[in-house]
Amino acid sequence: MINNSKSDRMLLLFNKVLLSVIVLIVVFPLLYVLLASFLEPSVLIKKGLSLSLSDWTIEGYKRILSDGTIVRGFVNSILYSGGFTIVTVIVCILAGYTLSTDGLVGRKTIMFFFLITMFFNGGLIPTYLVIRDLGMLNTIWSIILPNAINVWFIILARTYFKGIPNELKEAARIDGASEFKIFLQVVFPLSKPIVFVLALYAFIGQWNSYFDAMIYLEDRDLYPLQLVLRSILIQNEVQPGMIGDQQAMAELQRISEMIKYSSIVLASLPLLIMYPFFQKYFEKGVMVGSLK
Amino acid sequence: MEELVKVNQEIPRQKKATSKIKKQFEFIKKNYILYLLIAPAIILTIIFKYVPMYGATIAFKDFSAMKGVWGSEWVGLKHFNDFLTSPNFIEILMNTIKLSSFELLIGFPIPIILALMLNQLRKANIKKNVQLVLYAPNFISVVVVSGMVFLFLSPTGPINAILSMVLDKPVSFMSDPDAFRSIYIWSGVWQGAGWASIIYVAALANVDPQLHDAATIDGASLLQRIWHIDLPTLKPVMAILFILAAGGIMSIGFEKAYLLQTSMNIPSSEIIATYVYKRGLQAGDYSFATAVGLFNSVVNIILLVFVNQVVKKLNEGDGLL
Repeated sequence: MINNSKSDRMLLLFNKVLLSVIVLIVVFPLLYVLLASFLEPSVLIKKGLSLSLSDWTIEGYKRILSDGTIVRGFVNSILYSGGFTIVTVIVCILAGYTLSTDGLVGRKTIMFFFLITMFFNGGLIPTYLVIRDLGMLNTIWSIILPNAINVWFIILARTYFKGIPNELKEAARIDGASEFKIFLQVVFPLSKPIVFVLALYAFIGQWNSYFDAMIYLEDRDLYPLQLVLRSILIQNEVQPGMIGDQQAMAELQRISEMIKYSSIVLASLPLLIMYPFFQKYFEKGVMVGSLK
Repeated sequence: MEELVKVNQEIPRQKKATSKIKKQFEFIKKNYILYLLIAPAIILTIIFKYVPMYGATIAFKDFSAMKGVWGSEWVGLKHFNDFLTSPNFIEILMNTIKLSSFELLIGFPIPIILALMLNQLRKANIKKNVQLVLYAPNFISVVVVSGMVFLFLSPTGPINAILSMVLDKPVSFMSDPDAFRSIYIWSGVWQGAGWASIIYVAALANVDPQLHDAATIDGASLLQRIWHIDLPTLKPVMAILFILAAGGIMSIGFEKAYLLQTSMNIPSSEIIATYVYKRGLQAGDYSFATAVGLFNSVVNIILLVFVNQVVKKLNEGDGLL
């Protein structure tokens, strides 16, 4: 690297300072939530980071866990996201594989058939009516099936499979393997990275969404985590099981804030802790997509 | 003589055509497994994407649950007319356009700037850790981010605690229609800008460092090098992402707008998507809501094509479509 001029070095220094400020802006709200879930929010505002142990409490967490609504939301979310991930990945990988085959008759037509749905759809109500008429309302299928086809995933998978050398498939063909066998025994073992990337995207996307569940699920016992959170954080509905013993307004307000902060931590921590380990796969997904 | 030649030419051509069909047929026969593999995707797409497209015809009908999509009576453009002449049409349309164009205006350049800044960090491990932090909010759900917004901006929240040093009354941000758009957009930047910068960071990593060295020897300053070397590298990526983003202006996400909406900030937070949901699923006005949604889709496609043309012109012929 060639030495920079003085003004350039000033600029680089300024760049570092500004980036540090940005990092702080990103981190601070997260840190604040974490602290506020253990310290009473009013204490945090009045005294700042109190070091006296008596101010620290795990009351919010205790109340959440004693109620069980959030725990049930967790279990539901794992079921929905897991099921959704399995279906999406299988269906999109298979479609991507077929579309990656050289000389596939009708490739353009099929691609067009999928691409149209990226730019045009029937809309909220007609989709709802289809799902209602199929009797899928209030079932796990309304979450898993309607969005299982992700055109973007199909394109990613196709791009990936195109990169697998044709010679491998040819060799298996000469040995007399059927097309299905070729996919299962030659191509699939090589496609772990793309399966992993798609699975991560599918799982997290489903885990963090609430819209489909809000429309298609009525039964509260079926609510995924995000819907439970919505009722606590946005609609201010603290579950009766969490506050049963409280009467006074001020006390209620205090506890409901504690519950909000703790439920944010409980709901977000798993992903935030896990994501650094998977970071490179997420980045890979973005890259493969950008190549088209 | 001439005719004979013509006929002679046509025979091989026909032969070619039939042999092509034959070849295609043979391919399908030999590789029918491939078509079986893609069948689930096609079936699901037909059921959940194409059938609803047909169902969208209820925008031109008076849908009744008894008669179903097919049997309901045609009413032509009645529902479109009702929407276009309704008193809140202009407000909802403008809210949608304003929210998404401001979001684009602010949300589009910030990741690019961020990537250029990250690109100047020389130590690889520092850069990696900074990125790790900046990407983190992307993994928090939109419900949680909205919940944090409510908590932080509540009259008893930390922001008001800070403001109370200069103001004597707490500000109720969430019931202020004027604050809605800023809250929506900047919380979006907080959550998404880092993640959105990934693709630019990757593109910048492909710049040959020798280019920068050569330019430095020729006396180019840092800013000049960013302007003449880094930015042109990003241009193709920027073009594609801009078309995609601008094409999506009318399809701005329902999820967060609905979460951040309160009964007080509705004058600026009611957008087409939230309106469709309320009129359709909450009030049961299926046909009307479908018409509004369809109107939205059509405007969206027109916009996509338009933006694509403009970017093609600016980008020397390279568009998305």
